[in-house]
Amino acid sequence: ALDILMVGKHTTVTLFHPTQNPEGVIQMGLAENQLCFNLIHEWLLKNPEASICTAQGAAEFRDIAIFQDHHGLAEFREAVAKFMGKVRRNRASFDPDRIVMSGGATGAHEMIAFCLADPGDAFLVPTPYYPGFDRDLRWRTGVKLIPVVCESSNDYQITIEALEAAYETAQEADIRVKGLLITNPSNPLGPIITKDTLEALVTFTNHKNIHLVCDEIYAGYRLHQPEFTSIAEIIEEDKICCNRDLIHIIYQLTQDMGFPGFRVGIVYSYNDAVVSCARKMSSFGLVSSQTQYLIASMLADDEFVDKFIVESRKRLAMRHSFFTQRLAQVGINCLKSNAGLFVWMDLRRLLKEQTFEAEMVLWRVIINEIKLNVSPGSSFHCSEPGWFRVCFANRTNS
Amino acid sequence: ALDTLMVGKLTTESLFILLAILTGLSNGSLENQLCFDLIEKWVKKNPNASICTALEGVENFKHIANFQDYHGLKEFRQEVAKLMGKARGGRVTFDPERIVMSGGATGASETIMFCLADPGDAFLVPTPYYPAFNRDLRWRTGVQIIPVQCSSSNNFTVTREAVEAAYQKAQEANINVKGLIITNPSNPLGTTLDSQTLQSLVIFVNDKTIHLVCDEIYAATVFSSPEFVSIAEIIQEIDVNRDLIHILYSLSKDMGLPGFRVGIVYSYNDVVLSCGRRMSSFGLVSSQTQYFLATLLSDDEFVDYFLRESSKRLARRHHKLTRGLEQVGIKCLKSNAGLFVWMDLRRLLEDPTSFDAEMKLWRTIVNDVKLNVSPGSSFHVAEPGWFRVCFANMDEF
Repeated sequence: ALDILMVGKHTTVTLFHPTQNPEGVIQMGLAENQLCFNLIHEWLLKNPEASICTAQGAAEFRDIAIFQDHHGLAEFREAVAKFMGKVRRNRASFDPDRIVMSGGATGAHEMIAFCLADPGDAFLVPTPYYPGFDRDLRWRTGVKLIPVVCESSNDYQITIEALEAAYETAQEADIRVKGLLITNPSNPLGPIITKDTLEALVTFTNHKNIHLVCDEIYAGYRLHQPEFTSIAEIIEEDKICCNRDLIHIIYQLTQDMGFPGFRVGIVYSYNDAVVSCARKMSSFGLVSSQTQYLIASMLADDEFVDKFIVESRKRLAMRHSFFTQRLAQVGINCLKSNAGLFVWMDLRRLLKEQTFEAEMVLWRVIINEIKLNVSPGSSFHCSEPGWFRVCFANRTNS
Repeated sequence: ALDTLMVGKLTTESLFILLAILTGLSNGSLENQLCFDLIEKWVKKNPNASICTALEGVENFKHIANFQDYHGLKEFRQEVAKLMGKARGGRVTFDPERIVMSGGATGASETIMFCLADPGDAFLVPTPYYPAFNRDLRWRTGVQIIPVQCSSSNNFTVTREAVEAAYQKAQEANINVKGLIITNPSNPLGTTLDSQTLQSLVIFVNDKTIHLVCDEIYAATVFSSPEFVSIAEIIQEIDVNRDLIHILYSLSKDMGLPGFRVGIVYSYNDVVLSCGRRMSSFGLVSSQTQYFLATLLSDDEFVDYFLRESSKRLARRHHKLTRGLEQVGIKCLKSNAGLFVWMDLRRLLEDPTSFDAEMKLWRTIVNDVKLNVSPGSSFHVAEPGWFRVCFANMDEF
């Protein structure tokens, strides 16, 4: 059967397939990384004992199949902690005992909201932001999101003015702000948050005594300069005044390794009470022990991991460059970006008028006539019409 | 040396010696470890069940690793539906489209609460009940539990009268009761509900237009008569608003795979299904695991053999434990299912009306006899002196 895609609330289209459906829509709306599966295949064939379902691994089956400790397998946590460090060029190190599992990044976002906020409390979130936040952070938690408007005029930098304005709005409406959620590198924009800005954000949250949650799920995707700075590095540098109990990182192996189906979400907190609470909550969404075991084996192989990270970056950079150059050739600009699995494409010139209605009209043309699934800026709560997110890593070269 | 207390013909000392002998059958944890040898053999013969094996599996790796559709792999749902039917002797069939994943049984319990109730609403729960319901049903949902007290005088049967009484009391206190949750087969009792009781409960919820959530995670652990009757069978027999009926399931107990976090919410209510499915994003089953299980469960011959053999081994283990206890005058509630027995030590309490006495006895059992059993009070039972003993968490010897 052809893959069917829901586009918006009411439209379905069929997905492109080179032989079965050449008239289908090409999927560029999903932020997946499919560029490096051949490396993983190779590794799996060389390491059959990494699976408890192979002849070589079956001896571990029983112990793994009954393992439901919400701390997670020690080897799994150690391997993930090491991987997180490598992805940050070892400029920060991570403590395996601060790693808490969750049901994918989706589960991680929800869990941190449950841990830090009560129903009615709010988080500040810079726009544009990942649409899933509306569900993940708010749905069952009763937490509110207050947008911090960022604009293309300064390349969407998060300014202290915008933060203060959003914070004021909340105060006036009698809403208690519990924290600030940033995504670094950004989804949907792509670029990293500069070190200076990060330090300013830490100072801001520290001063207001609110939490800083850093979604770093795209940390592995730095393409080229400037360098990505993780919040963990800021903490370890210890240069600026910061209450570590306010700092939390969200991570997942979905993007960096290309395994969204495995649902490996991670909450990393510098706050012991949060770690303890989250760990108890993780029972609602633990990672399958079968998967923990596989990931632990794979990530423990230093040589493989180092090679994978380098190769993955190379391929992404090539794909990113190919993409943006071709777009530039037809006069389409993208926000300058050095990370992520997507670009933030500027189609403002193509809008009949500078409205979100016109953006939707253009979007439907792109889907139905050009047969490309891209995501319209309005779905990311972008304040200006005419921007679209295009993912470029979810197909192989062929 | 232990204090010696004469209780009829039985001294606590001889009891503890017996229990110590029986520790070979139990280490306290509630797992089903009796049939891993069968699964391990199958795994070695079926390399195509893993996405990590040469030739057979690795070609599927990319597709499976990328698969995050919250409907779940179609084959996975089909096979789970089939397994659920087999565990009920083929007397009912289940629709794969009504199967929603969740983060283990823990996630399933919480998800159904989020779907059916608002903060402050309540669910009726017969006692004794699984201790973690307090967390799973209430913690993040804000839902209340109203216990329906059942007593040893009628073998802890859930009666319509008891449920009505609890419901009335809640109404008077202005609490909004959204439903009733039953665990069948029961944890910690190990008994199954009979047709008559099930029918009366269905009629009750239908009358009051409240939900009935049936936790059937021990369905395939039934090892002797009476036969298990699922709520799915009852609603075929009597006329009821099916939108009120929901089943919780998991592979943790029946198959002995708690680490794989396979929780299932099965609802006859389309709106609940749709909501539950969107919520399942918070706790989907790993696609690697879905794939493995879809393959394992598609082997009909293996599954039929596994279910039969599992039942047989549970029966043997149960028999060994209960006979041994009987020989020293300790009775257990007559049971036909589950991975545990509900042991009656009321006669050994210093004060038969005191839960403190129960805790004292428990500490002696745990510390001196080194046997981990669970005291009845942790299951919210109304009378002291009962203990749950698990018998399936060590392999065959």
